[in-house]
Amino acid sequence: MNSIIKWFENWFETLYNTFIVSDRWITLVDGLKATLIMTIGALLIGVVIGTAVAVVKVFAAGVKGKTLSDKVLIVFDKLCNIYITVIRGIPVVVQLLISFFIIFTTAKDGLWVATLTFGINSGAYVAETIRSGIMAIDVGQMEAGRSLGFSKLQTMWLVILPQAIKNILPAIGNEMIALLKETSVAGYVAVIDITKAGNQIKNTTYDQINPILLVALVYLVIVMFLTYVVGTLERRLRKNER
Amino acid sequence: MNDNVLIKTVDLCKHYYGGKIKAIDNINMEIKKGEVVVVIGPSGSGKSTFLRSLNLLEDPTSGNIFFDGTDITNPKININVHRQKMGMVFQHFNLFANMTVLKNMTAAPIRLLKLSKEEAEKRAMELLNKVGLADRANAYPSQLSGGQKQRVAIVRALCMNPDVMLFDEPTSALDPEMVGEVLDVMKNLANEGMTMIVVTHEMGFAKEVASRVVFFDEGQVIEEGDPDVIFDNPKTERMQAFLKKVL
Repeated sequence: MNSIIKWFENWFETLYNTFIVSDRWITLVDGLKATLIMTIGALLIGVVIGTAVAVVKVFAAGVKGKTLSDKVLIVFDKLCNIYITVIRGIPVVVQLLISFFIIFTTAKDGLWVATLTFGINSGAYVAETIRSGIMAIDVGQMEAGRSLGFSKLQTMWLVILPQAIKNILPAIGNEMIALLKETSVAGYVAVIDITKAGNQIKNTTYDQINPILLVALVYLVIVMFLTYVVGTLERRLRKNER
Repeated sequence: MNDNVLIKTVDLCKHYYGGKIKAIDNINMEIKKGEVVVVIGPSGSGKSTFLRSLNLLEDPTSGNIFFDGTDITNPKININVHRQKMGMVFQHFNLFANMTVLKNMTAAPIRLLKLSKEEAEKRAMELLNKVGLADRANAYPSQLSGGQKQRVAIVRALCMNPDVMLFDEPTSALDPEMVGEVLDVMKNLANEGMTMIVVTHEMGFAKEVASRVVFFDEGQVIEEGDPDVIFDNPKTERMQAFLKKVL
């Protein structure tokens, strides 16, 4: 019994030395902030890019290329394919390195460069999700919109996308969970996210265990929370359908 | 062109696989203002393709369609403007699932006819009243029965004040007891003088309401004429065979 109490006393002392001395926990909180900013920012960017790419690809699939606007659309479609191929073909860490050391070499705020990079990366995956959401909507919805005199784009915006996005919200939630964990590689390019913060504390304090476990626990709790939110959302959406 | 002619098709064709399959083939038809043209024929005869070509939901392979004097098959015209004047009702209703009944009816008038929200809603409510659905204005399509959905679909198209209404098998997806309520709305519309083109299997409706019946088979107009004449004395064998099956 005594030895257990002794173990806990030692552990608390280690925790105190690791996190409380010199206010090192503040680094972790700042890191968490950076992680969340990157996740949410990248998701927003990803959804905007993904929606645009998905709409271009859906429209381009239905044209024959007779008119000028059709030809422009086909060019955009090709660009979108290149974007998706390139982004999905390169590891996100390498994309980060390219962003930092080749494209945005003079950027002062690494956090925003990382957010943008993760967002552009996410867009390629979200695009396919949204495209499948659009394809799942009955073609009659588009025909009805067109028969009233709406343009393709107007019908897409007013009728198709609201229904498609609603259907794929759970998938978007999953993308957010994936993004959250993906941002842990931002430390490669000098962004201090929560992983990097934990690692820094480990290096300063020579405590090899607690900083890493704490970081892992934070990720796990956030993911569990997001999973819960996605599940609730899914149930609520299903209820509204009838 | 005669002022009374609202729609005129000239050698209208819709071919697939480079002409191997001819969904519709050289259709020449004139539809005058105020006419109720009922298109009948076996399934796969091209009657729906013909109807859907009239507002270019199907892109014709060749031929021309003149709507109110304008050739709408000309790629230079803005088809969206002309579609505003051609209401369409679909077999599967196609109400916007993400909008209430009222929003379904006001979305296009507000954005395309630039009506104020109040004007558009007032007009929508008048029409809903007429078809007995004013109390469902704030319901979503999924909360309506098939017959209610189709009545809403009809008045949604009417909200744009169209010159012609195209009906693509409007009662084919309905339970039998709901067919009547939709046909009644269509009859009233015909009595008010609306130009209508109706693809249907409802021979009773054709007899009662049509000013002209057109019989399609294998992508061509086989026979057309006054409903009393055409139903009682069909000239062609194919029409006789068809009527034997459906009557």
